[in-house]
Amino acid sequence: MKPFTYERAVDAAQAVRAVASTPGARFIAGGTNLLDLMKLYIEQPTHLVDVSRLPLAGIAATSEGGLRIGAMATNSQVAAHPQVRAHYPVLTGAIVAGGSGQLRNKATTGGNLLQRTRCAYFYDTTKPCNKRIPGSGCSALEGLNRNSAILGASPACIATHPSDMAVALVALDATVEVLLASGAQRSLPVADLHRLPGDTPHVETDIAPGELITAVVLPPPPKGAQAYRKARDRASFAGGLASVAVAGGQVALGAVAHKPWRASAAEAALRAGASPREAMDAELAAAEGHERNAFKIDLVGRMGVAILSQNAEDRA
Amino acid sequence: MSTTIEVNGQARTLDLDPRTTLLDALREHLGLKGSKKGCDHGQCGACTVLLNGVRVNACLSLAVACDGDKVTTIEGIGQPGNLHPLQKAFVTEDALQCGYCTPGQICSALGMLEEVRAGWPSQVTDDLGAPIPLSAAEIRERMSGNICRCSAYPQILAAIEDYAGDAA
Repeated sequence: MKPFTYERAVDAAQAVRAVASTPGARFIAGGTNLLDLMKLYIEQPTHLVDVSRLPLAGIAATSEGGLRIGAMATNSQVAAHPQVRAHYPVLTGAIVAGGSGQLRNKATTGGNLLQRTRCAYFYDTTKPCNKRIPGSGCSALEGLNRNSAILGASPACIATHPSDMAVALVALDATVEVLLASGAQRSLPVADLHRLPGDTPHVETDIAPGELITAVVLPPPPKGAQAYRKARDRASFAGGLASVAVAGGQVALGAVAHKPWRASAAEAALRAGASPREAMDAELAAAEGHERNAFKIDLVGRMGVAILSQNAEDRA
Repeated sequence: MSTTIEVNGQARTLDLDPRTTLLDALREHLGLKGSKKGCDHGQCGACTVLLNGVRVNACLSLAVACDGDKVTTIEGIGQPGNLHPLQKAFVTEDALQCGYCTPGQICSALGMLEEVRAGWPSQVTDDLGAPIPLSAAEIRERMSGNICRCSAYPQILAAIEDYAGDAA
């Protein structure tokens, strides 16, 4: 790792001021992704502000009938929370499909949203990668692209967002609360948090440096069944090839794009009376595969059909 | 940076470069070589310790971020001549060949059993509202963060089942 200085934040306001006023500073919470990347010299912060002890780990009901999850709540705490298990099982299912028990015990809600891609070329510092070194090129286009995107990609980047949790949050219409360096707060839908790669794949979210995610807010659960299904190359502790989160009539797809993918076209088709197959076909009409990942179009389509058909049967 | 961590019940104060991981602090600064460095990237689980009672990868933890915390390593779980019952079960079931992953397996299994007792669900838990059965499928899924390159998995499963059955 490159040398860095470290401080433990006293409160959230001081933490955002510290990061905003120190060039090269970053927040650290669980550290499971950031430290991994620092060891590979992919991330090189000069200063770390540890926000993991801030009192932002609570999980509590909102007056609107939803649930507010503090950004420092660990993945394990969220997945096991009685309210999450009872009313947002798609979120529990997504979280326990990600990482290992050890990682979920450290990884936080905020950090999970901001984790970076597992594209092999982002990790391989001997190869070009527009996300790591803007303008250097995308090695995945003609390389090992089994895990790459089939929706919303660009010639500059075909990497995918690796989070399972975020896919469920997008299906649940969750929002994130963000604390700005000025002390002001803003909130935005999780669906709008991550960007498509375009020409700037190194800019991954609409959160500015120095802004801190303080919470994720879930609206009341939508009516209808919830489910999360993930396909991958081994049964456990592996990134997804594709995943599908369904909450009532709301559908999101994972591991297929640079962001958790809200399947709006499929939802619209379902509302108009389409079959699950027709709905998934509508969503995937614009999907585009590469040499090694074209199978993902069929895969995610069939996974979506399977979940939506099962939910329809359960209703009947 | 001055950092104080309670390791196996004893407060230890170290002056550390912020880059020092908890794993390196334990092994290189405190001489506790039981926790192993396998991949150093959170993929193999050989470095698993209990941090404030919860299993984590010590390689993906900064030691300075553990200031004030309580850490239990394999050295705090059992000692030669005073093995923990789970360690005895590993011996009885022949749950190791080279032994490099074993300290991590033991720490992980002890943390895992607490998670089951607390009702934390896993990917193979069918009913999110019911007590969790300690089935073979649950143990296998929950131990997937610990790799054994000798592939002693059937024996590791048997050892954990033996211990959990006796402890129940």
